[in-house]
Amino acid sequence: MDKIYGFLIGPGAWIAFSVFILGCICKIGAIILATPKKDRVVLAYFSPKYGFRSLIHWLIPFGTISMQENPLFTLVSFAFHFCVLIVPLFITGHVVLVETFWSVSWWTIPDKLGDILTLIVLLCLAFFWGRRLWVKEVKFVTSWTDFLLLSLVTAPFLFGFIAYHGWIDYKLMLVLHVLSAEILLIAFPFTRLIHMFVGLLTRVYIGSEFGGVRHVKDW
Amino acid sequence: MGNNKVLEDEGLIQGIKQLDTNKIQKIVNETISKETGARLQAYIQTCMHCGLCSKACHYYLSHDNDPRYSPVGKVKQTLWKLVQAKGSVSPRDILDMAKIAYTECNLCKRCSMYCPFGIDIAYLLSMVRRICFKLGVAPMYIQDTSHSHAATMNQMWVKDDEWIDSLQWQEDEARDEIPDLRIPLEKEGADILYSVIGPEPKFRTQLIYQAAVIMHVAKVNWTMPATPGWDNSDMAMYLGDYEVMGRLKRLHFETARRLRVKRIVMGECGHAYRSVYDVGNRWLGWKNMPIPVIHAVQFYWELLQEGRLKVAKKFEAPVTIHDPCNIVRGMGLHEMLREVVHAFCENVVEMHPNREHNYCCCAGGGVINCGPPFKMTRVEGNKIKAEQLKATGVKVVIAPCHNCHGGLEDIIHYYNLGMKLKFLGDIIYECMEK
Ligand code: HEM
Ligand code: SF4
Ligand code: SF4
Repeated sequence: MDKIYGFLIGPGAWIAFSVFILGCICKIGAIILATPKKDRVVLAYFSPKYGFRSLIHWLIPFGTISMQENPLFTLVSFAFHFCVLIVPLFITGHVVLVETFWSVSWWTIPDKLGDILTLIVLLCLAFFWGRRLWVKEVKFVTSWTDFLLLSLVTAPFLFGFIAYHGWIDYKLMLVLHVLSAEILLIAFPFTRLIHMFVGLLTRVYIGSEFGGVRHVKDW
Repeated sequence: MGNNKVLEDEGLIQGIKQLDTNKIQKIVNETISKETGARLQAYIQTCMHCGLCSKACHYYLSHDNDPRYSPVGKVKQTLWKLVQAKGSVSPRDILDMAKIAYTECNLCKRCSMYCPFGIDIAYLLSMVRRICFKLGVAPMYIQDTSHSHAATMNQMWVKDDEWIDSLQWQEDEARDEIPDLRIPLEKEGADILYSVIGPEPKFRTQLIYQAAVIMHVAKVNWTMPATPGWDNSDMAMYLGDYEVMGRLKRLHFETARRLRVKRIVMGECGHAYRSVYDVGNRWLGWKNMPIPVIHAVQFYWELLQEGRLKVAKKFEAPVTIHDPCNIVRGMGLHEMLREVVHAFCENVVEMHPNREHNYCCCAGGGVINCGPPFKMTRVEGNKIKAEQLKATGVKVVIAPCHNCHGGLEDIIHYYNLGMKLKFLGDIIYECMEK
């Protein structure tokens, strides 16, 4: 077990982060480089002013009619995305790990808070899972890939949560936590999780079209 | 019921008879690889299947939230399937996809305002139409309309001499009212070329009459062409025949250039505006229009601002305003439209939602041009519009768009709303100082 753990936080981590970073760069690069070929319009009508105006509205909770019409979903979605980014970046365990290897360190959140935010992530994921099963317009467009994607995100948070509380077998849970997190990182560029980056591009593009060409809001 | 409707359409039935899986696969893959790129890939990679776009679509709302009619649901049944199967689908699948893409989406783009990533569903479904068109599977009526475009350069098989006759006939009629009125044909160097859509000379000739009166009273230096190029409409764009679309738009602009006019003013039509302003110009490689084209709403607004159009009396009955997608969500003319309506009407009651959030009439995007077999698709697909109209409690709807008139007329009739439809020109003609 220790050997596996050693591999995971050593070479495993290198591999996972490399694939994640290079993969994301390639994916985003491919989209951007392909744009002048068949989608010149995107560049022709690109407008920083209107593109970012739209993006900002969509990043503010309840900043759009769509969000106002779906208050519960908006709340869950923002809570989820906030926590899913904050927890891995600022949880003490991660920061300490980085510090031991590279002697760089940054701000951390209290463990108790980290625990609560992780719980929020898990509850939100349960909510997303439930929508896929019971909300008919979501169910209609759901396939196994959507559940796989949710599982990919759920696993590291779930195992991390269990390990933190020392339930079941701490060592095993820790290994599963790191392993599933690395799988998530490796899968990231090749699944729709890439929406984190590509979604910003599509938003800025449609914002440019709506603001610059259509002279209307898109929120 | 849905399937019966399809089976009534000869264009679709005959279309799939000449298909086999190899041909389908070839055309699908060729179109996707040659005509699409980053945008399509980004939209597929980014859509999180969250369903938030559903409530934006009037088809979905009108069918008691049936997910088959949600924007993403329609993409799933068409484009995703084509992409996942790498084009290996059956002729029957193509028929179902054509039915969805041509008749169950108005390409109104309302859903793009509700998707957190701004995914352009209308673009995706246009690509499905393009594929179906290239496979020769399209509803017969819209295909015929496009044939008319290709052969006569107008939408309704109007012959060149019939066009001139119609204008002269309207000139004669109008001269009973205003003896020195003219409809100037082929006047080189006029300020304005006035272009209309095919149905105006064919069955809404009074609109040409009214426009002529407005032009005359406002002392506009205008002209109409006596040659093909007078029709600004474009069903080829909605069919997916972009080659014909390009020819149409080029001729329209070239006619204005030949007559050396400063700008083109177009009648009250929404899709034609989309075609010159947003789609056709891009296909021809013009970022902006080579000659400025303004829509009737902008034109009337200008005349009013400049004091060339004066209000003689106010239209008394309460009215409501229907915002046509192509000039409102497509061009932001909603405030100008309101200023003109408020200038001429006593009592204006807004419908909700309105402005760029308004629901489409369900005739747009070429759906009404798919003809009688799909009339009920449009009418049942827009129950929500009937409710929206009814809630205003008024009896007059102003809609500055031909397609909207066609669509709303059927809705008003079917749901017994007892409302009357007006163009902006109708109201102005009735209430202006002459
Ligand atoms: C700046 C970064 C990000 C942005 C702007 C963003 C935006 C979005 C949006 C707009 C949605 C659509 C539905 C919703 O609102 O929930 C979504 C869904 C989702 N996001 Fe993100 N996201 C980001 C980062 C991430 C990250 C880092 C993860 C996970 C590692 C993630 C996981 C998910 C998941 C799992 C869903 C789907 C929920 C479902 O199945 O319905 N996102 N995201
Ligand atoms: S009809 Fe309008 S709202 Fe519905 S899917 Fe088509 S573009 Fe979107
Ligand atoms: S709202 Fe956008 S991301 Fe969500 S299902 Fe619809 S198209 Fe996909």
